[in-house]
Amino acid sequence: MSAPSYDRQHPAYYALIVALVVMSVGPIVMMLITSFKLNVDIMSDTSGLIFMPTIQNYEAALCNMLWYEPASVDYCDPTFGRALVNSLIIALISTSLTLVLGCMAAYAIVRFRFVGRGTVSLTTLLMRMVPPAVLLVPVFGIWSFQFGIDGTRSGIILIYVAMNLPFVIWILQSFIVQVPIQLEEAARMDGAGPFQVFFLIVLPIIKPGLAAAAIFTFRIAWNEFLLANTLADRNSRTVPVTIVNSLTEYDIDWGVIMATGMLLAIPPIIFTFVASRQIITGMTAGAVKG
Amino acid sequence: MPVRLDRCPASSLQAVASPEQTRALMKPALANRLTPYMFLAPAGAVLVVALLYPIGYMVYASFLDWNPSQRIGEAEFIGLRNYVNLLGDDSFRESLWVTLKFSAIVVSLEMVIGVGLALLLDRNIRGMSVLRTLFILPMMIAPIVVGLMWRYMYHPTVGIFNRTLKNLGLEPIPWLSDGSWAFASVIIADIWQWTPFIFILSLAALQSLPQSAIEAARIDGANGWQQIVYIKLPLMMPVLVVTCLLRLIDAFKVLEVILVLTNGGPGLSTEILSLRISRTASEFRELGEAAAMSNYLLLLLLLLTLAMFFYNKLAEARAMRLRAAAEVDEI
Repeated sequence: MSAPSYDRQHPAYYALIVALVVMSVGPIVMMLITSFKLNVDIMSDTSGLIFMPTIQNYEAALCNMLWYEPASVDYCDPTFGRALVNSLIIALISTSLTLVLGCMAAYAIVRFRFVGRGTVSLTTLLMRMVPPAVLLVPVFGIWSFQFGIDGTRSGIILIYVAMNLPFVIWILQSFIVQVPIQLEEAARMDGAGPFQVFFLIVLPIIKPGLAAAAIFTFRIAWNEFLLANTLADRNSRTVPVTIVNSLTEYDIDWGVIMATGMLLAIPPIIFTFVASRQIITGMTAGAVKG
Repeated sequence: MPVRLDRCPASSLQAVASPEQTRALMKPALANRLTPYMFLAPAGAVLVVALLYPIGYMVYASFLDWNPSQRIGEAEFIGLRNYVNLLGDDSFRESLWVTLKFSAIVVSLEMVIGVGLALLLDRNIRGMSVLRTLFILPMMIAPIVVGLMWRYMYHPTVGIFNRTLKNLGLEPIPWLSDGSWAFASVIIADIWQWTPFIFILSLAALQSLPQSAIEAARIDGANGWQQIVYIKLPLMMPVLVVTCLLRLIDAFKVLEVILVLTNGGPGLSTEILSLRISRTASEFRELGEAAAMSNYLLLLLLLLTLAMFFYNKLAEARAMRLRAAAEVDEI
């Protein structure tokens, strides 16, 4: 590739780009701004950007996790803080489990070729099409009557791992295929067992694939609402569930709810800025190879 | 790679001596033959226990009259009655219609806007990667939060839309409280969230097109439009079809945004099928009926998915044929 040279464009082109950026980022910025406003400022008619920014909303949401007693909060509701901890635990554990199981399976599928790659793609597609709403009834029934793990974090983790595995296996196998087999054979010559070959040779090479898979899995586990809502009890609720529960028909405390929404949105936003290349790889691979 | 003899086990020493012997030694080892299964077993077990079993369970549950306080064994077997009841149920038909309408409108608008933007923005400019990063933000954020943001913006008094209208001296719009406006609002939110998906995929497709074809068309005097219609779009077509189907599958799964925005209302105007399933299960406490509904939805999605898979197979086969033909030509 030659060194990139940038063409000069028509001013209208830049105007279009600015408009698009404003449109796509605008709502998020608006949520951020609202989360720093007092309800008085939100309701007042002189809207806009002139207000005293305050972190009271964040204090109210996180009141039981702060190292000081926030002066603005008279009654501390620990629901959100607890949910944040639950969400973190559930998302992190289910992501790591999915990755470990997924890359082992993907490796076996690619290297020992006992199911065709066509079968893997078809299964992945079939699993991808299953909406969480469809799993609602059976998961409720099985988890509570047969496994007895309703209302626990492990119950939620189990279903997230199962939901994400097909996609992870499929995306990782497309990376593992590209690992040169000679490398593995050389390692085996040097006396490495199958597990050593896998952990010391293959895993380091497919890091970008692992990153993409990790982000997608974490995102789904972190954002999912419906199944968590069915399975969780008071102590294992995740953040999306608490947000929906605090939405009432009238009289919504917009400041606080926007602060909680922002807290829920921050990890995915950070991932996007850190690893947008991997995310786009994961997304394009998903469509281009079907 | 140099072989360090001091660290090599006996088998690889022999392997250095003769490759045939290596193969003979590696093959019969039982451990080696079990390895693939050991690697595959954990994932397989999880999938069977937590995904296949529940789906099978759901198919069975759809033949039962079952409410959440009963164990599944106590529920009465009623055959196909759930399915028949649903077909005669007006609100089910309404929500099926809403789902189809929603997906069709959303996907076609997103395809047009997304592909159009990709064609427009496919230039060599500084900062394209930053732009792409900003565009994928809406997809990464939790659907719950997306619903929250839009609900705030649609708010009748404090929302930005009605505020702007009021400042311009116009009538406020009942964004979420009027049936058809609510449907439009939900569509707008979904377009905001998912158009970037199509944009990014079609941009990737555009940038991987063979430059020679476009160059040739330009030399032959094709203008911008002709290049797009006769060269770029046909070449992008395989990716576009797959993108469209992926998006369609996802559009059938949308739930959270609508739940937060309207909760299916007003009336049944935005009650898509996923939402109806979840309400049938949790509010009306009809697990059997919800399972039957899930099966209808699954069948619909299955058709779409299979269509996509076979389209892919077809496209691959055609590509192979073309390549083979090209090779014959070269000879």
